[in-house]
Amino acid sequence: MSDTLERVRKIVIDHLDADPDKVTEKASFIDDLGADSLDNVELVMAFEEEFDIEIPDDAAEHIQTVGDAVKFIDEKTAG
Amino acid sequence: MFDLSGKTALVTGATGGIGGAVARALHAQGANVVLSGTREAVLADLAGELGERAFAAAANLSDAESVDGLVGRAEEAAGAPLDILVANAGITKDGLLMRMKDEDWEQVIRINLESYFRLSRSAMKGMMKRRSGRIIGVTSVVGVTGNPGQTNYSASKAGMIGFSKSLAQEVGSRGITVNCIAPGFIASPMTDALNEAQKDAILSKIPSGRLGTGDEIAAAAVYLSSDEAAYVTGQTLHVNGGMAMI
Repeated sequence: MSDTLERVRKIVIDHLDADPDKVTEKASFIDDLGADSLDNVELVMAFEEEFDIEIPDDAAEHIQTVGDAVKFIDEKTAG
Repeated sequence: MFDLSGKTALVTGATGGIGGAVARALHAQGANVVLSGTREAVLADLAGELGERAFAAAANLSDAESVDGLVGRAEEAAGAPLDILVANAGITKDGLLMRMKDEDWEQVIRINLESYFRLSRSAMKGMMKRRSGRIIGVTSVVGVTGNPGQTNYSASKAGMIGFSKSLAQEVGSRGITVNCIAPGFIASPMTDALNEAQKDAILSKIPSGRLGTGDEIAAAAVYLSSDEAAYVTGQTLHVNGGMAMI
């Protein structure tokens, strides 16, 4: 498991108080993990802080799953 | 009750009659208070008078950049995150609609309403993280009743009420409340400018038979800022001597 995935999972589990078994790469924050739209905003803020990056609003809209977040963060931190 | 020790508040328009009274009252309840306004010398005097736990942060509320940075500057000045925002600053540019200039409309909307949006937005991030916060907009009775000659002012004040209700619904689950205080006629430099005939006409419509005081608005602000008011959100608290019962 990649380091990014592990850190993203930890944030998601803590923030949404989610069952760790359900927080897979494919899990959708809203459909699978019970997040509301405000939770999504907060998760993006938490990712920004954890990885010291900026996630623009139009990119944030496309981050719907754990895997989406990992992919975006990996691309952003690779460069 | 209503102990605000350890909390940090930002009050805009703190050089005015109501804003000054609000700042003093929050400070008296133990809060750190950051005073904001355009007149730096008056701000410094008030901060000096209050002494410990009082700070000044000047801002030009007609300048978006200055407004967007204000919460950050306030937190820096106080050395603590913001718990309470009292958006009190406001201006009037009265005139009948048929003679209203574009700039009279735009300035009033920008300073009264747009700055409320900007300040709330920048205060929200920290409040969401901490799962607590108090946003208080000082609106006006005319935002609900209307008043001839004040289409711009009453629109801005009604806008604050609608904004507060929407935001209250967005962030209620995060322990943040958003409320308005709607003063009626309060003795201030703004009402001092009225002539005797105008004052008599106003007083005849106020069951309490007098103008209100800044301290009476400040008491409402203390209440809405307190932990005790946690279950009050999206409301407008009218403090007007009964001149409008809503």
